[in-house]
Amino acid sequence: MKRNVLPGLPLSLGVTLFYVGLIVVLPLAALVFKAASLGPEDYWRIVSSARALASYRVTVLSALGATLFNLFFGLALAWVLMRYRFPGRRIVDAMVDLPFALPTAVAGISLTALFATNGWFGSILDDFGIKVAYTPLGIMIAMCFTSLPFIVRTVQPVLEDLDPALEEAAQSLGGSDWEIFRKVILPLLAPALLAGLSLSFARCLGEFGAIIFIAGNQPMSTEITALLIFIRLEEYDYAAAAAIASVLLLTAFAMLAVTNWMQARALRYTARN
Amino acid sequence: MSTVVKGRKPPRVGDQPLFRRALIGIVLVLVALIILAPLVIIGVEAFAKGWAVYRDTIVHPDTRHAIMLTVLAALIAVPVNTAFGIAAAWAITKFDFRGKRFLLVVIEIPFSVSPIVAGVAYLFVYGLQGIFGPVLDAYGIKILFAIPGIILASMFVTAPFVARELIPLMQAQGRDLEEAATSLGASGWRTFLSVTLPNVKWALLYGVVLCNARVMGEFGAVSVVSGNIRGQTNTLPLHIELLYHDYQATGAFASASILALIAVFTIIAKVALERQGAGRVRSDPLAAANPAEKAS
Repeated sequence: MKRNVLPGLPLSLGVTLFYVGLIVVLPLAALVFKAASLGPEDYWRIVSSARALASYRVTVLSALGATLFNLFFGLALAWVLMRYRFPGRRIVDAMVDLPFALPTAVAGISLTALFATNGWFGSILDDFGIKVAYTPLGIMIAMCFTSLPFIVRTVQPVLEDLDPALEEAAQSLGGSDWEIFRKVILPLLAPALLAGLSLSFARCLGEFGAIIFIAGNQPMSTEITALLIFIRLEEYDYAAAAAIASVLLLTAFAMLAVTNWMQARALRYTARN
Repeated sequence: MSTVVKGRKPPRVGDQPLFRRALIGIVLVLVALIILAPLVIIGVEAFAKGWAVYRDTIVHPDTRHAIMLTVLAALIAVPVNTAFGIAAAWAITKFDFRGKRFLLVVIEIPFSVSPIVAGVAYLFVYGLQGIFGPVLDAYGIKILFAIPGIILASMFVTAPFVARELIPLMQAQGRDLEEAATSLGASGWRTFLSVTLPNVKWALLYGVVLCNARVMGEFGAVSVVSGNIRGQTNTLPLHIELLYHDYQATGAFASASILALIAVFTIIAKVALERQGAGRVRSDPLAAANPAEKAS
């Protein structure tokens, strides 16, 4: 190997390790330490309490629903932005980032205002007997909003780079549009779609600000896990907060591992080609 | 390219006029309902009681204090994270060392962690139940439920922003230019300032803009560590929550309109920087998973 002549490794790596250690690793280690110091019995009792289980259930189910919706809407949005030309396309493309740029608390109060029974959308839906604000449906809508850009932004570059020759070959073999989409395009998009899905799902599981305004926050029915942690803190029950937070943290690590594994698989796929 | 062969080849998949118009129509309606409407209603609600009420909310001492605190948090957290991002990118892209991949994963962790979990984690470091809490308390140093806690929590949630933009770009640019500069006798700082920085300036600015937006808007992590003391430790997002739960919806939306305006400016800056080429190079190996991509 060539000897590296560049200076600055001790300083830059030192700063990096110090900062990551102090800002990222130390707090998370402290949280894990606190949760671990509970002992297995107490830990299990807290994380498997009926209220905690109900909170996992509503969080995971809403996240699944929101991610599924975003799979279709995100894919359609990316497709429309990359394959078609129409007036306002660039503005729509820029607007996709709004859910990332808009603070979650702001998104929370504006979605609540829209979907409350006297709001623009809520009053119409109310006529059909659909209640959104203060129900699990509201949680799902808040999650949809905050996680939408993930799928659009992971699929877009792959759609842009799709080789038209592949489609033309399939067309010359007499494939219908739907067949070509299903058998040629979708498999090529699959790794990006899966990565976008896992990012979106992970974001939904941890979301707090946008949800608490619209959710109603009733224990056992519309209380998400992140809020339960917050409530335990307000009750000065730090041990329970640590235990439940550690569940969310471990889930986040698991999602991170899944995403990395899928990216590694996608890389292997490229190497084979 | 496609214009040259127009009329000779069959239309691309999904290009039949009817399907195309229907799909564009559905997507535009959903974008209007899901993305545009939440932005529009902030303005409508903020001015629901007229300009005078709006102005009174904005100039109210509590709102002004919340704005000041939000700006202060950004003024400290953003430059510190920028310095960290540059250091991390330099170490990771210009040198080879063991555990580099692991370090990259650790830097990205804050993206996957719920802001509430981040806030709780800081409680167990600097809170009275935490590692340093008792020692800090003995010396009368307040970190939690005070401004330093807010800044630390903001630093956690935004730690990867600048590094994430710089690392893939500097990786793609290689080390040759820097090695040439140092072998001609330039110092490390000189090399960085006159060789590396000009090549990454737009990506750096891009990361800074996104980092700033997130610091100013952070809610979950900050709400755990701030203590929500009105007029003392309320940032703008926390102030919005307080007004909203005080049944001052108009005031909440008036304060929210400031943050919404910042979000809109962030997006405009993002688009402008993308025109300069920022945000193009991604570490995401998925883009490379497509067999069609080898031209560049």
